[in-house]
Amino acid sequence: MTGPVVQALLSHWRRHWLQLATLLIGIALATGLWSAVQAINSEARSSYARANAQLSVGQLDEIRDPTGYISLSRYVDLRRSGWQVAAVLEGPVRIGDRTLRLMGVDMVAYPALPAMTQLEQSDTPPEPSEILTAPGRLLISPDLIDLFDGRDDLPPILVSSALPPEFILTDIGVAERLLNRSGQISRLVVLPDQPGSLPPLSEIAPELERQSPTSQIDTAQLTDSFHLNLSAFGLLSFAVGLFIVHGTVGLAFAQRRGMIRTLRALGVSMRRLVWITLAELIMFALIGGILGLVIGHLIAAALLPDVAVTLRGLYGAPVDGQLALRPLWIVSGLAMALGGTLLASGHALWRLSRMPLLASPGLQAWGGQTNARRLSALSGLALIIGGLIVFFSAKGLIAGFVMLAGILTGTALLLPAILSVLLAKFVRRAKGPVTQWVWADMRAQLPGLSLALMALLLALAANIGVGTMVSSFRLTFIGWLDQRLTSELYVTASDNEQADQIIDWLAPQVDAVLPIRSIELAHETGPLFLYGIIDDDTYRQNWPLIASNPNVWDSVLKGGAVLINEQLARRENLWPGDSLMLAPRHTLEIAGVYSDYGNPTGQAIVSMAMLDLVAPGAASRRFGIRLSPDRATEMAQTLRDRFDLPNSSVVHQAAMKKQSLAIFEKTFVITSALNVLTLGVAGFAILTSLLTLWTQRLPQIAPVWSLGMTRSRLAQLELLRSILLAALTACLALPLGLILAWILLSVINVQAFGWQLPMHLFPADWIRLFLLTLLAAAVAAVLPAWRLRRIPPADLLRVFANER
Amino acid sequence: MLLTIDRVQKAYPGGRPVLQDVSLSLDMGETLALTGESGSGKSTLLNLAAALDGFDGGEIVLDGVALSSLNDPGRAELRRQKVSLVFQQFNLIPSLTVDQNLSFHARLAGNCDSDWISHLAQRLGLGDLLERYPESLSGGQQQRVAIGRAMAAKPKLLLADEPTGNLDETASSVVLDLMFSLVADTGAALLLVTHSQDIAARLDRRAHLANGRIT
Amino acid sequence: MFLLFPLAALAQGYAGLGGNADGFTAPTPGYQFQFPQDHGPHPDYRIEWWYLTANLKGEDGRDYGIQWTLFRSALRPSEEDGWQSPQLWLGHAAVTMPDAHYFAERLSRGGIGQAGVTAQPFEAWIDEWQMKADPDINALRLTANGAEFSYDLSLDAVGPLVFHGEDGYSVKSADGQASYYYSQPGYQVEGVLHLPQGDVAVAGQGWLDREWSSQPLAADQSGWDWFSLSFDDGQKLMAFRLRGDRGDYTSATWIDANGVGTALPDGAVSFTPLETQIVADRNVPVHWRVVLPDRELDVEVSALTPKSWMGTRFAYWEGPVFVSGSHSGQGYLEMTGY
Repeated sequence: MTGPVVQALLSHWRRHWLQLATLLIGIALATGLWSAVQAINSEARSSYARANAQLSVGQLDEIRDPTGYISLSRYVDLRRSGWQVAAVLEGPVRIGDRTLRLMGVDMVAYPALPAMTQLEQSDTPPEPSEILTAPGRLLISPDLIDLFDGRDDLPPILVSSALPPEFILTDIGVAERLLNRSGQISRLVVLPDQPGSLPPLSEIAPELERQSPTSQIDTAQLTDSFHLNLSAFGLLSFAVGLFIVHGTVGLAFAQRRGMIRTLRALGVSMRRLVWITLAELIMFALIGGILGLVIGHLIAAALLPDVAVTLRGLYGAPVDGQLALRPLWIVSGLAMALGGTLLASGHALWRLSRMPLLASPGLQAWGGQTNARRLSALSGLALIIGGLIVFFSAKGLIAGFVMLAGILTGTALLLPAILSVLLAKFVRRAKGPVTQWVWADMRAQLPGLSLALMALLLALAANIGVGTMVSSFRLTFIGWLDQRLTSELYVTASDNEQADQIIDWLAPQVDAVLPIRSIELAHETGPLFLYGIIDDDTYRQNWPLIASNPNVWDSVLKGGAVLINEQLARRENLWPGDSLMLAPRHTLEIAGVYSDYGNPTGQAIVSMAMLDLVAPGAASRRFGIRLSPDRATEMAQTLRDRFDLPNSSVVHQAAMKKQSLAIFEKTFVITSALNVLTLGVAGFAILTSLLTLWTQRLPQIAPVWSLGMTRSRLAQLELLRSILLAALTACLALPLGLILAWILLSVINVQAFGWQLPMHLFPADWIRLFLLTLLAAAVAAVLPAWRLRRIPPADLLRVFANER
Repeated sequence: MLLTIDRVQKAYPGGRPVLQDVSLSLDMGETLALTGESGSGKSTLLNLAAALDGFDGGEIVLDGVALSSLNDPGRAELRRQKVSLVFQQFNLIPSLTVDQNLSFHARLAGNCDSDWISHLAQRLGLGDLLERYPESLSGGQQQRVAIGRAMAAKPKLLLADEPTGNLDETASSVVLDLMFSLVADTGAALLLVTHSQDIAARLDRRAHLANGRIT
Repeated sequence: MFLLFPLAALAQGYAGLGGNADGFTAPTPGYQFQFPQDHGPHPDYRIEWWYLTANLKGEDGRDYGIQWTLFRSALRPSEEDGWQSPQLWLGHAAVTMPDAHYFAERLSRGGIGQAGVTAQPFEAWIDEWQMKADPDINALRLTANGAEFSYDLSLDAVGPLVFHGEDGYSVKSADGQASYYYSQPGYQVEGVLHLPQGDVAVAGQGWLDREWSSQPLAADQSGWDWFSLSFDDGQKLMAFRLRGDRGDYTSATWIDANGVGTALPDGAVSFTPLETQIVADRNVPVHWRVVLPDRELDVEVSALTPKSWMGTRFAYWEGPVFVSGSHSGQGYLEMTGY
């Protein structure tokens, strides 16, 4: 009995293949965008996990010297007093045209590194002598193989997929040679197994500090905000996709009511019908889900390289540009497709199961929608208020996103009520009968279109909000670059000695040489980069201070005060007048706070003398040169020739700015890409809603037509109506988008990155977006309008016909 | 003659003939009942007369205008200006109130007489229903609005297709009485399609259609 | 783990280690030992150890055993300063009692001072573990530290060094694989064991083995059973059996009450396992019959506890034993390759 019933139900789709395609595309789009974001996130997280796993970061305590490096003899002191620690020396290393992170570990003290274990279990395990004695081996992930091809000057490589990208693992003996840091150790990892009795650290090495995992900043934690951002976008796209599914399923069920009534009259139980329909939905969900996974994989593969650039630029977190296909990702993608489809069709299915055997199809009962609209508006208000309450009672990044979500979805739910009120006003004010009818008809169409319009509202608000944030950020960033990059040339010498030679040679020929020296301190607030400066007008005139004491530069340069960056100031609530302990016995007053958009870590500036006092050993290979700009090119060439420097070691200010901006632009590629995709999905949602409403349109249109309007005029009005609704929605989206932008700039950014950005308005962008929206709405309405224009009068007349 | 139908032919898209050489005429102020079995083509003939659909042969002349010469805008213009229609159901524009429905056709035709419309509303007993939407009205009420709207434009010809087909007997007679009295008062001509001999008997003339031919 | 490959190979009779292909020096007969230099390391030999075991009696009346071992394993026959030194060092320490066995392991490389041995003054160390002359090798201070135990013992030698085999040239197989091997079998030990149960003052007898080689086992040999027994009458026996596919190879040294050693040839001592127990998923003989007809010795040797398993990166059994039969006494048993 089930066979023929299935056949009968499925025959619907044969006649409505476009509807079936829409349904599958809706599921596929929802699943696709969501899965793309998930694939990107999990790829990035797996990269972090591999990086962290190399030394169990986040699980093991570490010992550091807050002022710099640990000497080899200190390490031996600790070992010889029983401390089971493993030495790690790490730093950046230049291979070809890339800078990679090199980590040298004492492989004897810590032999259980995941990458080593993987190699040992391989068919050709390396000999210990290869790893531990010269020349040693460099362990790299497969993506770096090409870079090392033909590099006979470097130790031979071993390849392990357990390693993160852009990363070299090696024995500490190899690392100290490659990094030219003989006898230095960056940190000691406290191994899990310690002897029963140990002398306290303060007795053996009082200058060292033990840090528990919680005070170490771990990459995954740092980048959480970025991934939260992506997930929010993914979820938005998913929701927009579900609007399509909801519309299509609702239509299909409505159209099959007649058939279902007939089947029931023939003795098929409602229960059986519901089960068969459910099975049918599950099948479609799986087909659409698989399609979505294909789309998601393609999108993720296309976007991942840019995301990798973003994460590296913003957080220094390395991410593999290659996408792996994970079984969990496939399963969760299909689950999302299934869950989403059932969620979106639940209402239709429930209505089907409650359908009385004898019920006549009626007019769209739209007066009955008043209650639904009121309910939706009330829940919208509740969501907005709830979001605000959450934010103000529990600040923080998550609370910020909750508020954002509350305001966005709340406003979306309010949309039908707002539009309804507006349209009612228009109906009353309308002069001509056609105008009046158009407004009234739009109002009548609201229930069927409101989901699509909500989707449009969300997509537009997200576009305006995120666009405003990115553009504001860009403006601020460019201004900041101008202030920060003031030297005409930037030079990196091959070592400190060469730097001294160059500076001596340069001094009489240029306006100023500004050393750029910094050292990473393991500060109580997390990693802190300490910079030293000399007295120069460049700083006094240009440095982007956002808060300062009077005579800020004099007090810093005399050595009594420190400048800190905005990130550190906001995170620790430190402002001019407060003091900052850089190292034991070195506590300085904070004289000023400067803006800094390079990365989220803390930074501080002291006089050069103070830098050497607090943290001796900062490299002095880099410096800026001030000279008349028209001499810059000639000087750059002279420097390269005279000191045999590679091109990349002498960089023009303009090139530096260009590079920084390029990284900035790359950072937001994914954001804009998702923006466009979301808008596209919203446009598609309008199209499906209009197609869904098609059959319900005829009873609305036929009377008007019969009273003396041509089909082409009606078709024009159909197009106009879609455009007008989109335009109205866009007008409402603008304030919502600006609220979103404000929250992103003043709340989310501060929480995620530690900087607050001024908001700039970009009306030209809004106009472009507005026109784009109208175009999308017009395109979405073209098909229904065209169908209306070409409809045979007989079809319209059938509305009135007796046999209906 | 207000309406002359001369040897009109009409076939379905498949080629099956609906109307074959049908000829009919109606003078100003005259009322004519068109009867016939279901599927005899009587609704089709009415639709042709209303310029709602095109025909394959013959000619229809309405108030001096030959319909075969009209394009789509011309037919729309004709519907606005010369005829009014009352169907069995779904006459009204669902998104407009009773009040707005009543005046819609007249405003579209550009001859809106608000005094006349309030008179119609009062006469049709719609005074309390003006702000309501069609879906909240009973069938009889809806048809009264439809008749009101049709007469509001002061048409020369009223075309009605089973206007009481969906109504019970009481509502039916109320609606018909109102329609006939309004037609009589305004001097409009009426072409009424019905399968009921009783109703047909109340009109000046009657024509019977069977298998696409007048008999 | 891979770092212990050379040691693991030793324990399992890895064939590829034989020969002198890598430039390591091989032991030869007729070597003249030079002291104190030969108490120190020999980096041009592949493998070397300083191996101390002691049978102790606690003030609580219970029996204890301790082990302190420093292995040297060379990746190349040389020594360099710094991280890339080719010398690896491995420390094993254990405390054994009738109902428990605690052990610890340390790993280091040479070249940076974390582990090593100096001959003059004598000191062997890895991390905080020490075997330190006070002032020479006849008087030692011994410390080790693990998660569950630590000890601090002083050792005083009674009697001379004993050279095994042919004046310290100890042959390990019929093919001629050999090592340099001497012992100080007569230390008087006293000190304190720090145990989870509390501190225990102990006293007893210790035995130090010194051995170095580059080609320890023959290709067919899979492991050994090594006995160091001290009898109540003051005589001692060092005896081992190397188990091979082509038959066992045995070697022994009889040490009289004055500390004078006599080497005994292959086949002089016979070893018969009497009982095995499952230890760490392996079948390990913990009860032996050892017969040396030459000296009218016929004894049963049984473990203080079968639990004396060294679950280190390469695993073996090492623990105190008791001797009964024609002679009675105590000693240590080491078994590898099970």
